[in-house]
Amino acid sequence: MGLREDYLKKFEGKTYFWLGDEACAYGGVFGGCNFFTGYPITPASEVAEVISGELPNVGGYHVQMEDEIASIAALIGGVWAGARGMTATSGPGFSLMQENIGYAIMTETPCVIVDVQRSGPSTGQATKPAQGDVMQARWGTHGDHNIIALAPNSVQECFDLMIRCFNLSEEYRTPVILLMDGEIGHLRERITVPSLKSIKLKKRKKGKKKDLLFGGELIPPFKEIGDGHYLHVTGSTHKENGIRDVESQKVHEKLVTRLYDKIEKNREKLVDLEEKWMDDAKIAVISYGAAARPTEGAVALLRKKRKKIGFMRLRTIWPFPREQVRALGKKVKKIYVPEMNLGQLSREIERFVDCPVVGIPKIGGIVHTIREITTAMERS
Amino acid sequence: MMAKKKKAYRLKHYLREELLPTTFCQGCGCGTVLNTYAQAIEELQINPKDIVSVTGIGCSSWIPSPYFKADTLHTTHGRAIAFATGVKIMKPEANVVVIAGDGDLAGIGGNHLIHAARRNVGLAVFLINNMIYGMTGGQVSPMTPLGDKTTTTPYGNPEYPFNIAEFVAAAGANYVARWTTYHVFPLMESIQKAMTKDGFSFVEILTQCPVSYGRRVGMRTGEEFLKYFKENTINSLKAKDMTPEEIGDKIIVGKIVERNRKEFTTILREMNEERRK
Repeated sequence: MGLREDYLKKFEGKTYFWLGDEACAYGGVFGGCNFFTGYPITPASEVAEVISGELPNVGGYHVQMEDEIASIAALIGGVWAGARGMTATSGPGFSLMQENIGYAIMTETPCVIVDVQRSGPSTGQATKPAQGDVMQARWGTHGDHNIIALAPNSVQECFDLMIRCFNLSEEYRTPVILLMDGEIGHLRERITVPSLKSIKLKKRKKGKKKDLLFGGELIPPFKEIGDGHYLHVTGSTHKENGIRDVESQKVHEKLVTRLYDKIEKNREKLVDLEEKWMDDAKIAVISYGAAARPTEGAVALLRKKRKKIGFMRLRTIWPFPREQVRALGKKVKKIYVPEMNLGQLSREIERFVDCPVVGIPKIGGIVHTIREITTAMERS
Repeated sequence: MMAKKKKAYRLKHYLREELLPTTFCQGCGCGTVLNTYAQAIEELQINPKDIVSVTGIGCSSWIPSPYFKADTLHTTHGRAIAFATGVKIMKPEANVVVIAGDGDLAGIGGNHLIHAARRNVGLAVFLINNMIYGMTGGQVSPMTPLGDKTTTTPYGNPEYPFNIAEFVAAAGANYVARWTTYHVFPLMESIQKAMTKDGFSFVEILTQCPVSYGRRVGMRTGEEFLKYFKENTINSLKAKDMTPEEIGDKIIVGKIVERNRKEFTTILREMNEERRK
């Protein structure tokens, strides 16, 4: 047993009363994280506070960088030097990270970025939660790309989905975003740490000398600095051996299409959602993250009044579960979408269904109440 | 006349030969830096497999990327030092080298430069100062002298340039020097010092860009720049006994600072080990 297992076994099977941010930090450590670079920002700072205390215990390193740009830059550098790494931030920091998230996508660098969403734009309501970064997570960096983003709605899920984030980042050799929100990040509730044995960690697939670093297969194996391969890694368009080629239309098309396809073609494997009361549903409600909690309550209340309403909660936001939502759109007459923004996911849902989609937006830093949702549903 | 057999370049085994010739313009100083750097590595007998080159965006970032054959991270504009910090934390035994330009390190990436010097991260940073944004066609940089005409200061540069070497020395670097492409032998020794010194090492290398800068300030060839560097520099050893009036507009070259603060990743590792005891 290594240092990591020796230290972590004391948590196994125990129940804690943790913050979402705290569970996210521990989920990272249990997910194999040994490198964290970050910059303080509400409501994500607790992730750094907890993980800075724990990483030395498992042989890892935490460094507080000078800003969020440096945080993700150092993270990517560390990963190429062998780290399994993550950073955590909120909206303003997430905005600053976008250019280098694109670099991580283009260079196929596995890493995890936690965005504990807060109310924006700009500084907004710094201490209050929101779900305003759904589209920034998808389209924040420039150019054609694809992304994986998961959204937890409980403290337990912060832990569990963090492990999945790390595994997906290794499996698909791409940055993965944990799209939390300030409500879940600062929520304190019961969580049980699973046994180390039950946590399956996806190991990094490392390439041999002859393997191409950026081609040859849909998801090429990774190579690390110091392996003696004379790696050439660039955010410029590059050939399969990594050497820059910014002139050829074909080289660019082949590279960027492959980067897009490695997520697109695995959409069904990546989709993760929860459905309830769908069998007899004539109306559906779709939500995610903190907003899904009162939403589920609202649907339960309406079902008590014998309304035939079903509930769908997305744990994978990106890639979007278009086939499941398309099928749902054929089954029900109307879809309601409560979310803590002015309508970001609802717009995505509209693209795939013919039935009316009614957003139930709420901004201002307070989660919907059950009554607000039931009232909105009764009104339209 | 007998055709002379062309002699192969002595240090070409350090280069990604398949990518030669370089794309540098005629008269550019980047070739001189590449040559001097390769010679420094040769004399130090560092195995290129132990070198990690980290670069940003700009002409001088092409010195190591793609030309120098080592593990190479060609990163985003201005962020090379931050990427390199991550590499050094995970691979403290590697020779992590950053080569980038004045726009990259003193402009957009200035914050990372200051903080890496403050942390005293064990990086060797070579700032290739051609006093201009060359790759984008000659826009004013934070190192362009006051009054110079560039494509974005058509009536002259209203800003003062950085004294970037003094600035990095003040931020806490273990070794700081400044040389020019005229001073190739002391530059090579300085590169070796930077490569072997523990902690943050920084060498500002003044170089010529006749194409994007020189032709707008009356120096159309590399040669004119080298002559300028020869005639307008004073060694720091000599300058320390001179008054500011005597120094005037001359550029101070040579060692700026050398000290022995403990290196950042060493401190980090020691603290982490202490925690585990």
